[in-house]
Amino acid sequence: MIFDYTVIWDSLPLYLGGVLVTIKLLAIALFFGLLVAVPLALMRTSRSPWINGPAWLYTYVIRGTPMLVQLFLVYYGLAQFEAVRESVLWPYLSNATFCACLAFAINTSAYSAEILAGSLKATPHGEIEAAKAMGMSRAKLYRRILLPSALRRALPQYSNEVIMMLHTTSLASIVTLIDITGAARTVSSQYYLPFEAFITAGLFYLCLTFVLVRLFKLAERRWLAYLAPRRS
Amino acid sequence: MLNGYGSSILDGAWLTLFLALTSMAVAIVLGLIGAACRLSPVRWLSVLGEAYSTVIRGIPDLVLILLIFYGGQDLVNRVMPMLGYDEYIDINPFVAGVFTMGFIFGAYLSETFRGAFMAIPKGQAEAGAAYGMSGLQVFLRILVPQMIRFAIPGFTNNWLVLTKATALISVVGLQDMMFKAKSAADATREPFTFYLAVAGLYLLITSVSLLALRYLEKRYSVGTKAAEL
Amino acid sequence: MYKLEVKDLHKRYGSHEVLKGVSLAAKAGDVISIIGSSGSGKSTFLRCINLLEQPHAGQILLNGEALKLVPGKNGALRAADDKQLQRLRSRLAMVFQHFNLWAHMNVLENVMEAPVHVLGMSKAEARDKAEHYLQKVGVAHRKDAYPAHMSGGEQQRVAIARALAMEPEVMLFDEPTSALDPELVGDVLKVMRDLAGEGRTMVVVTHEMGFAREVSNQLLFLHQGLVEEQGDPREVLSNPQSQRLQQFLSGSLK
Repeated sequence: MIFDYTVIWDSLPLYLGGVLVTIKLLAIALFFGLLVAVPLALMRTSRSPWINGPAWLYTYVIRGTPMLVQLFLVYYGLAQFEAVRESVLWPYLSNATFCACLAFAINTSAYSAEILAGSLKATPHGEIEAAKAMGMSRAKLYRRILLPSALRRALPQYSNEVIMMLHTTSLASIVTLIDITGAARTVSSQYYLPFEAFITAGLFYLCLTFVLVRLFKLAERRWLAYLAPRRS
Repeated sequence: MLNGYGSSILDGAWLTLFLALTSMAVAIVLGLIGAACRLSPVRWLSVLGEAYSTVIRGIPDLVLILLIFYGGQDLVNRVMPMLGYDEYIDINPFVAGVFTMGFIFGAYLSETFRGAFMAIPKGQAEAGAAYGMSGLQVFLRILVPQMIRFAIPGFTNNWLVLTKATALISVVGLQDMMFKAKSAADATREPFTFYLAVAGLYLLITSVSLLALRYLEKRYSVGTKAAEL
Repeated sequence: MYKLEVKDLHKRYGSHEVLKGVSLAAKAGDVISIIGSSGSGKSTFLRCINLLEQPHAGQILLNGEALKLVPGKNGALRAADDKQLQRLRSRLAMVFQHFNLWAHMNVLENVMEAPVHVLGMSKAEARDKAEHYLQKVGVAHRKDAYPAHMSGGEQQRVAIARALAMEPEVMLFDEPTSALDPELVGDVLKVMRDLAGEGRTMVVVTHEMGFAREVSNQLLFLHQGLVEEQGDPREVLSNPQSQRLQQFLSGSLK
């Protein structure tokens, strides 16, 4: 028989551990990424070049360079500087998980900011006018009308970003972390069965992708119901 | 320049560019076939197209690269003895890289092309058929030229993602600029310098690509009216 | 000898029968108008003639040559011989309600496209013919323009020139003026009247009663998939026999 799956069966605990690591990386990256993305998006919609400019530069550079380069810059690159090695942050910056999360969070913050900014700019003009006409202050306008509306309308594109991030976390395996891909590489090098090892990893990612797609469909049904075509 | 590693990295940059362009060519062909399958009235073809697109887009690029490169190599070397060849076959990293990237991005492009074909008003193809054109004539002379205009935004995105994804091929040993940078970084203990340089080169590639594709978009919109904003 | 004969055409969508046996016969020089309310099946009937829609029963003959049909899925008939279908389609030219000019080609290219790539004409000959017909419909000065930059009336006249360039046996018009602004309708009707005057064979689905009465020599009134009344337009329209035609005419303008 050409395929040997008993090895995979025995390694299942390693893979499942990897799933947990993957989910952990994804959750942390998305949480902090989105946190930074909201103010960034607001900066990107500003008409002042002093505010818009730096934000544009940030998103342009992050989106214009590969994730791998960004990861290496954080994980390997920062260690080059003595100032970093002797700073109070070193325990964190020498930790692979921290570095991976940091790099992933920075990456997703740029893409999410652009998605949110696009959504903000596409807000139906009449909704903004109505809020102003009722005497809402700028802060209230943003908090009650603009942001909730933009966040909801960004859901479809954001769901794509989340799935992209899920795939991006696989790069953590390159910096020694044992996520799903890391588990597959371990199994592959230990038993010389790369084909089975990576097909299994692929299956795990497919399952996670399907779960995420379902979750977002539910979220859309709940939060975007007002935009759906009428059910006759 | 850069401790003497400058020219080495530039060589890697050319290889990166060459890899990206060749892969994209393969991806375009696979993408067109994939889109045609998805839109075909023949049931098993549309299912095949959908499976291709869904599975490839559901698995990370890195896993696919490792699977096709190491797994594929492994598979080839398991099957070959059965067919009578006993030598160990080494797949060239560049060829494997082009095939892998082309195969992966063919799936993404099939989605882009499918959306673009569906955006063409139905009457265009109808008029072609009504005047006696064969299915192939309608596809090549009416649908594909119009599809290009609708496909450019999605294609731009796919191309930019592709150029950045080529960095992953360095993981399997292709001597692109990422690989060269890593070698230089390891040798000189200056990873930040070299990765920053490589980041700059990637940024250059993406910026030039954006300008070129924007120009292309303008050229292909010549028969249309721009929307008033 | 009839140029175009359609015998007993049936069509259904699922369980809803839209054409219940409609026939038509056109001699050379006939201008046949088909009128009826929406849902009567008149556009569907016209589109069955060149098989843009698939009928479930019936025969289509062009110059005595029958289009070979075989049952496909759901019982709908499809062409048995693709090459024959393409050939017959090239001898019938259709003008669409929404013009359907090819957006990525300019006016001249639109008119030359089918003669060159379907009839195999040389580019030079096709260009001469194209310019001749564009002149005839009055849009020769726009030959380098793109459809998106033209008014509806101009686009439809280009579409007519595109049809003429194929030098067809019979011309099919599917509500050619329904999508036009009222001021532009007259230009297109004038072109169609001139074509009729030249002796072209035309089948026109239309709401324009004036055109039907003055220009066509045969009128078909379709109601719910059947020919309710048929005959010389002047007689039929001034003395409608069936009640439904009377209702239809009193409801429509002029």
